[in-house]
This record gives sequence, structure tokens and C-alpha cells, in this order.
Amino acid sequence: MSTPTAAIPSNIKRHEVGHHFGNAEQEFSAAKLGFWIFLCTELLMFGGLFVAFIYYRTFLAETFLQAHRTLSKPLGVTNTVVLITSSFTMAMAIRSAMVNKQKQMMAFLWITLICATAFMVIKLGFEWPAKFSHHTLPGRFFDLHHASEAYPFLADVKSPAIFYSLYFMMTGLHGIHVLIGMGLILWLIIRGGRGEFYSGFYTPLEVTGLYWHFVDLVWIFLFPLFYLVG
Amino acid sequence: MSTTTATPPAAEMDRWPEKHYWNATKGWKSWAFTVDHKRIGMMYLIAILTAFFLGGVFAILVRLELLTPQQTIVGAKTYNQLFTLHGTVMVFLFLVPSIPAALGNFFLPMQLGAKDVAFPKLNLLSFYVYVVGALFAIWSLFHGAIDTGWTFYTPYSITTNTAVTPMLLAAFILGFSSILTGLNFIVSIHKLRAPGMTWFRMPLLLWALYATSVIQLLATPVLAITLLLVAMERVLGIGIFDPAMGGDPVLYQHFFWFYSHPAVYIMVVPAFGVISEIVATFTRRPIFGYRFVAFSSLAIAFIGFFVWGHHMFVSGQSEFAGMVFSFLSFFVAIPTAVKVFNWTATLYKGSIQLMSPMLYALIFLVQFTIGGLTGLFCAALATDVHLHDTYFIVAHFHYVMMGGTVFAFIGGLHYWWPKMTGRMYNEKLAKIAAAILFVGFNVTFFTQFILGTRGMPRRYYNYLPEYQRLHGFSTVGSWILAVGFLLVAAYLIASLRNGKVAGANPWGASTLEWQTASPPPTENFLDTPHVHTGPYVYPDEELVPRRAA
Repeated sequence: MSTPTAAIPSNIKRHEVGHHFGNAEQEFSAAKLGFWIFLCTELLMFGGLFVAFIYYRTFLAETFLQAHRTLSKPLGVTNTVVLITSSFTMAMAIRSAMVNKQKQMMAFLWITLICATAFMVIKLGFEWPAKFSHHTLPGRFFDLHHASEAYPFLADVKSPAIFYSLYFMMTGLHGIHVLIGMGLILWLIIRGGRGEFYSGFYTPLEVTGLYWHFVDLVWIFLFPLFYLVG
Repeated sequence: MSTTTATPPAAEMDRWPEKHYWNATKGWKSWAFTVDHKRIGMMYLIAILTAFFLGGVFAILVRLELLTPQQTIVGAKTYNQLFTLHGTVMVFLFLVPSIPAALGNFFLPMQLGAKDVAFPKLNLLSFYVYVVGALFAIWSLFHGAIDTGWTFYTPYSITTNTAVTPMLLAAFILGFSSILTGLNFIVSIHKLRAPGMTWFRMPLLLWALYATSVIQLLATPVLAITLLLVAMERVLGIGIFDPAMGGDPVLYQHFFWFYSHPAVYIMVVPAFGVISEIVATFTRRPIFGYRFVAFSSLAIAFIGFFVWGHHMFVSGQSEFAGMVFSFLSFFVAIPTAVKVFNWTATLYKGSIQLMSPMLYALIFLVQFTIGGLTGLFCAALATDVHLHDTYFIVAHFHYVMMGGTVFAFIGGLHYWWPKMTGRMYNEKLAKIAAAILFVGFNVTFFTQFILGTRGMPRRYYNYLPEYQRLHGFSTVGSWILAVGFLLVAAYLIASLRNGKVAGANPWGASTLEWQTASPPPTENFLDTPHVHTGPYVYPDEELVPRRAA
């Protein structure tokens, strides 16, 4: 892309480099490196759950195959589209800050926040309540009697509760990350509104962007594993 | 280390500085909201020493209970709670943060020639996260303290009615503190090295802290998710680790040791770094095979991730997996041995000064070697079946964790005490204390090797009368240790009041932290240092007769 960089608007608050850094570039690259390392940590944290998934998927293959039929594919697809769109608008918001188009940046940030909210509404407002009404819940709260009324095939498989434990743990932990991301985007909107981001300083945008793409990527793995493969 | 800094003349450097990090700003708020890595390091030091004291009290009580074969002072349940609290407090509140968070926080930026760590606010946050974690641990202590052992093995940790969940949350939260410290260190080392400070001019403590940080960042999140799953197991009954619901408790053990074996290296690799610094300074020689010592830290960090299964040789893991893990466990001994050989080679024809920090370093070399070599007994499949869950294991890991890490930590504390406080402690008392601790430690724990090979199982409340003499001997050792630690505490505290003024560089050390006043100014150096040589170059080196001409 070769969008010409607009002049820095007059209402921008210039960023001051931290006293222990030599210059703005060193500060920016330190922040970025730090955030990439943090994402490695996140990867290993989700990694534990993915290993648990692979383990039980191997030993309870039939259970997972049957239980995955109880998840709603249309809602899963919708959420995937919503999240990928939000990742795109997030990237565009950073790009806009880099070329000093502050109004555009704010618009993209708002769209990202709206997409994130839509994701959570679909998850908490439609998908999870369906699980509650059919008693397809984690571990101790799984009720085979009620569940097999709606899904008779669950009665014939071994330990179906484990599938729902993993489903709720993994989508739950992902959901918490989306909520944290929404908080971060809101914080960017507030700071952006005060005119703190411009071509010379957009570190918070950059690292929140990295975080948001990571959250998106986790979903890209969760969706096929639970909804398509089972 | 040769530097070009506009340093004031030596006489001026040896006077007590007018302005230093301790008195730069005043009032409790200036400490509570400080972003100065030195102040944060000091707050960490006080916090972890408190944890060490608490864990030590539990240890003394456990040993006292084991004085007689039947009940001595407490009931069986209280005994289980005591050894669990000893383990969890020592591991999560003391050993993991000990050297990195206290000494590392203070000296990593100084050895780099930087003004602070890369993210000072994050550094302060990690301290408060630690405090919150500690509060959760105290919550567990006062509400039916946890009795599962520090390993929280399922299914017992799911079913016991003691306060497991608060302690799980404590370890979960403390993990984040550890992650934040590691993240800060890695970025600082990458981005904040002073001009001329290349990777191979860094003091070996920094290489050790770098390797440690990598483990902290990659292993701790797995523990976090595991403990969260066990907490969920208790609160929601999710069944993933519960055999009654189709879950697998051995999966828990895999997850737990995937963190907790690398965590052993989180605890001991920083100690290697401290020993390198002390050995170089008090032999006045560069560390023999600098690059090998530097890379062996990284090698330990890497291989350490693939040995966790040696904790599970008798847990129903396949024999093939057992063989692979056994082989890899032997393999990790190689970089560790490289270090021990290189330190020993550094001593050879060095100009050795037996000051108290050096005594601790030499004690470390003896005790850690015993701890490391007995580890090979445990890594050998057939031998381990006999030794598993006996006092041999207890003795082995105490030789590594206490004989190694704690002695290195105390040695480091003595080494850097003049820099941190600006005062010297009583050297004679320090030497006596080191001797008392050496005797006390070996009386306590060498005995346990013998107990273990004779079949005394660990964690038992009662035992057969024929073990009583050895148990009694070990308990007496724990009292000697207590006397030694109290003596250290006494003269260190006394030195704050009436210790001699240390001056900038009382040991004639060569790394950057000694090229500034003691205590250092808030910005560490008056001017950014420029580095021209490796870390261990001593001006009078050529005066030492190196080899017969």
C-alpha cells in the first residue's frame, strides 16, 4: 500500500520517550518484542488445553464425533466471519494511525469493537443458553437424562461430559480473551479520541493488534476442531 | 571490565554517596509506587526472605514431628498440612522468585549498563501480583490448610476437604508474576545493553537469567492452565482429571511435570549465574570456557523441557516412554557437568580469596555435585523403582534446591550486600555462619540418602522404630541449620546500622555494577558506560603467577 502519509494534525499530543530508552525506535521495538514474547506464553497456555483435546479426542473418538453434532454450525460459521472481519478492521486502524488519518482510525476501531461484541452476543446469548437448556454441560452438570431427549445418540457413547468440559473450558478461556480484547479496544478508542496516536507513536495500537490477531487465530483452530471435525 | 565512563576518582567513589536510590525520594508512597528496579528488587528481597522464614518454620516443625516414630508434637493431618505448606511456600514463594526477582531485578540492568529494565511499570506490577499470590497462600493457611503435597496430585486434590483452591489460585497468580519478570528480563537483555556490551561480553549471570526467563515464559503458562483445570475440577466438577468421570489423573501428572521439571531449572540456573560471578571475582580469573558456560545455560533450558516423564516412571507410563525420558534425563546432566568442570578449572592456579561469598560458592560446588550425581540414580529406570518416593528423593532434591540454590542465593546475598546497602557485614561471623550451615545441611540431608536407600518412604507420618536413630540425627541437623540462618540474619541486619562503609568496589570485581557508587544512584550510572572488553578482566591479572615459566 502506498497511501501518502498525511501531515500530523495539530491537535495531536506528542509522545515522550521513556527515560531509560535511547530513542523512540528502541522503545517501539522493545514493546513489540515484549508483546511477541507474551504471545508465546499465551500460546503455551492454550497449548495445554489443545493437548488435552487431542488426548481425549484420541481415546473417546466416538464420543467426540457424536457430541460435536450438538454444536450449531451456522452460529460457528457466523462467529468465524465476524472475528476475521474484526481482525481486518483492526489492521486497517493501525494503518490509518500510521498515515495520520485519525478519523478513519477511530471508525475502524469502533467497527472492531462492534464485531467483538457481536461475537460475544452470539456466544453468550445464543450458543451457551442452548447448551444450558439441553443440559449438555461440563462434568458434574451434564445430565444424560435431559440431554438424550434432544440428542438420543449421546446415550450410547462413553463419558460425553468430557467433551462439554473441554468445549466450555476452551471456548470459555477464548471468550475471556475476547472480553479483555474489548476492554483494550475501548481503551484505544478513549486514547485515540484524546489524539494520542499518530505516525510517530502508535505502540498501543500495534500491540493490541497483535493480541487481537492472536485471539482470532485461536478461534480459527477452535472452530474446525469442535464444530467441523468433532 | 574496562569502560570509558566519566567516573570520579577512586577516593571519591569510596565515600558514602550523598544521593543514592535509597534516599532519592522519601515517604512510603515513593516506595509503594516506585518504578526503580533497585527498590523493586529490595521489596522482593524482603518479601521472599519472609517467605523463606515461614517455609523454614514449617520445615523445623516437620523435622521435629519426625523425631519419634509415633506422634511427637502434631496429629497426622496437621503433619500432612505442614509438609505441604513447606513445599508450596518454598517452591512458589521463595525458590522460583528468589534469585531472579530479588538479585536479578537489582543487578540485571546494572550489569547491562542500563538505567532500568525495559518495562519498569510491569516490573512493579509483577511485585504486586506476587503479593496478591502470597495473600491467597495465606488464605489457604488459615482456612483448613492444604494437605495434598506441593504436587497437588489428582484425584486426592479433588476430593480432600482442605483449602486446595486458594493455594491453586496462589500458585496460578504467582506464575504470572514470574512470567512478567521473565518477559522484562528477555526484552531488557535484547534491547538495553550499553554501547559495546555485545552478547559475549555479558556477565554469565545475565546468560543464566536469560535462559531462566525462557523457561519461565514457556513452562509457567502450562502450569497456569493445569491449576485452573484442577480448580475447575473442584468448583464445577469438570472431570478431566477425575477417573470417576472418565478423566485421566496421569494426564494431570504429565501437565504438572511439564512445568515443574523445567521449574527445577528456573530455580537452579540463576544459581549457576551467581556462582559464575563469585568464582570469577574471588579467583581473579575469567571463567574458564566462558562460551561453554553461557551456552550450557541455554542447553539446560532446552533439554529440560523434554525430561518431565522421569517423575512418572512408576505412574503407569509406557516402558518405551520411560526409556526415552531416562535417556534424556542423563543427557541433561552433560551441560550441567560442563559448568561444574569449568568452575573447577577456573579455580586452577587462580588467586583464590576465601571471603564468605567464595565459601558459599565452594560449598555449592560440593553439594550441588552430590545433588546432581544422585539425580542420575533417579534417572536410571530400574534403580528409580526402588528409590521412588523414598527419602533418597527428598535428599536428592534438597541437595539441588537447598544445597545448590539456597547456598548460591545466600552467597549472592553476601556478595552483593555491600552494593545494595553500601555497608560491609562482619566477615568473621559470616565465615562461621557458612561453616555452621554447611555442617547443618549435610547432617540433615546426607542422613536422608541413607534413610531412603534403607526403604524409608517420604511423606510418612509414622515409621518403624529402626529408622529412629537416623531420623533423630537429621532432626538435630535441622536445628544446626536454624542456628546458622539466624546468625546470618543477625549480622546482616546489624550491618545496616554499624557496618563499615563498603565503597564502590570492595571485592575488586570487574562487572559493571561495581563501577558505580554503593549504594548506587537512582539512574545507576552518572554516564552511560561504554564497554570495551569481556566481563572478567582484572587490572592486576598479570601480577598473579599463572604458570611456572
